[in-house]
Amino acid sequence: MSVPPSPDEGLTPAQLAAKYHLSVSGARPGLREYVQQLWGRRHFIMAFSSAKLAAQYSQAKLGQLWQVATPLLNALVYFLIFGLILDAGRGMDKKVYIPFLVTGIFVFTFTQSSVMAGVRAISGNLGLVRALHFPRASLPISFSLQQLQQLLYSMGVLLLIVMAFGNFPTWSWLLVIPALVLQFMFNTGLAMIMARMGSKTPDLAQLMPFIMRTWMYASGVMFSIPVMLKDKPAWIADILQWNPAAVYMDLMRFALIDGYGSENLPPHVWAAAAAWAVLFGVLGFVYFWKSEERYGRG
Amino acid sequence: MAEDNNKGRVPTVIADDVHIVYRVNTGGGGKGGATAALNRILRGKKVDEVRGVRKVHAVRGVSFTAYRGEAIGLIGSNGSGKSTLLRAIAGLLPAESGKVYTDGQPSLLGVNAALMNDLTGERNVILGGLAMGMSREQIRERYQGIVDFSGINEKGDFITLPMRTYSSGMAARLRFSIAAAKDHDVLMIDEALATGDRKFQIRSEERIRELRKEAGTVFLVSHSNKSIRDTCDRVLWLEKGELLMDGPTEEVVKAYEKETGK
Repeated sequence: MSVPPSPDEGLTPAQLAAKYHLSVSGARPGLREYVQQLWGRRHFIMAFSSAKLAAQYSQAKLGQLWQVATPLLNALVYFLIFGLILDAGRGMDKKVYIPFLVTGIFVFTFTQSSVMAGVRAISGNLGLVRALHFPRASLPISFSLQQLQQLLYSMGVLLLIVMAFGNFPTWSWLLVIPALVLQFMFNTGLAMIMARMGSKTPDLAQLMPFIMRTWMYASGVMFSIPVMLKDKPAWIADILQWNPAAVYMDLMRFALIDGYGSENLPPHVWAAAAAWAVLFGVLGFVYFWKSEERYGRG
Repeated sequence: MAEDNNKGRVPTVIADDVHIVYRVNTGGGGKGGATAALNRILRGKKVDEVRGVRKVHAVRGVSFTAYRGEAIGLIGSNGSGKSTLLRAIAGLLPAESGKVYTDGQPSLLGVNAALMNDLTGERNVILGGLAMGMSREQIRERYQGIVDFSGINEKGDFITLPMRTYSSGMAARLRFSIAAAKDHDVLMIDEALATGDRKFQIRSEERIRELRKEAGTVFLVSHSNKSIRDTCDRVLWLEKGELLMDGPTEEVVKAYEKETGK
């Protein structure tokens, strides 16, 4: 191409770029700017999560009814096995045990599905990542929000079950809201950590179900930790009770079930719940952001 | 175009010795089932092969400078690295080495990946617009324009049906309409002109010319030498990831046609 001599002749590409204020394409923005970008995309994040939710059952004849039917059936299966066959309640009154069990399942499922969605958030959406610009954290956050919306349907079912076993609305039910907010923060942070790890190693998606199941059995979803471990050294029960999944389950049970009083909770349980939420929320976000420019590579 | 090129040429995109390497997870690598994969791990070959990762060197040392007001075509055979190069310019695929400098945020004309087949066309217009970074108000303003442009509703009220019920042509038209609804600084178009029927093609070529006027610089990937000739004034010819030729459209396209024996 016959280029006429220009004052730019002889400049290296980097110098030329600097002269005309060009910026490096695909560079990672600073943390503050990243948060601003993310806030600017809040409508996309919301729309993406509710679109995913709506698409989930759109092929089924019963459609969105499955949002409610799925958790209900889930609760029924666990009740059959742990409530009737194995009697994991260990002397707990059925009026307490059944809401106890169902609450545990729903709350744990919230964390579990956020983690599973997080692992695939980047690796399962590479097409999207390679086609459009947006802060990549939108994806894990969006998926966690989808799980939160899903949980709200489950909560409706849960409240009915809880009332069916003789627990009626009291002021303590309001505690559900802060508990959910904290758990959501924890889940999102965890999902972001999993998203970065899963983008490097998609094999995690195969491994995670086993880890999650171990975590579920260790967190006392279907039994009370102190009752089940009363013959073992106390520190085992302490560790299990302080783990975030157990903390969030206990808070929800305490809020909803009359017969499940504060004597079942470890001390300073709200502080623990907040600490887990902040720790994972902040850590996960920063950890995810650190790799922002590399997610397209797969 | 040549007149304003002579003085005050303002670069908008500078590619400086760009290399791009894809890592492909081959699931254990090579032939055979689980036993073969296990065997490979036990025998301990090179680390990359053990993990079942293969590297594909898609773009090898491409350098060029694009200026404001240019429309640049990218040609080359399938798999020559054209789309990959576009993604690197857009900053969507990190370069292995070398750098791409750009003025503002280049955008790729394509929202396919953000759309969901199970949702109605209506919701997809909104979702696609948000994914491209438009605000809710902008989408509301342009919604009718997008639907009219796509012509989806010409044969009945299809926009309220899920996208999976559309014919492939209809879906492609809607996708193009959504993608073309936004204004861009540096615009990159990856074979979007071939969608839809003849009538829609004419309409979309018109829209591309409009977008070109608004955008600073346009990149176009196409296998149709005609649409390259119609829209571009400079052409980059890529082959096996290397920049074979860079020059005025007629010169490069002729050389390309001679090479491919047309």
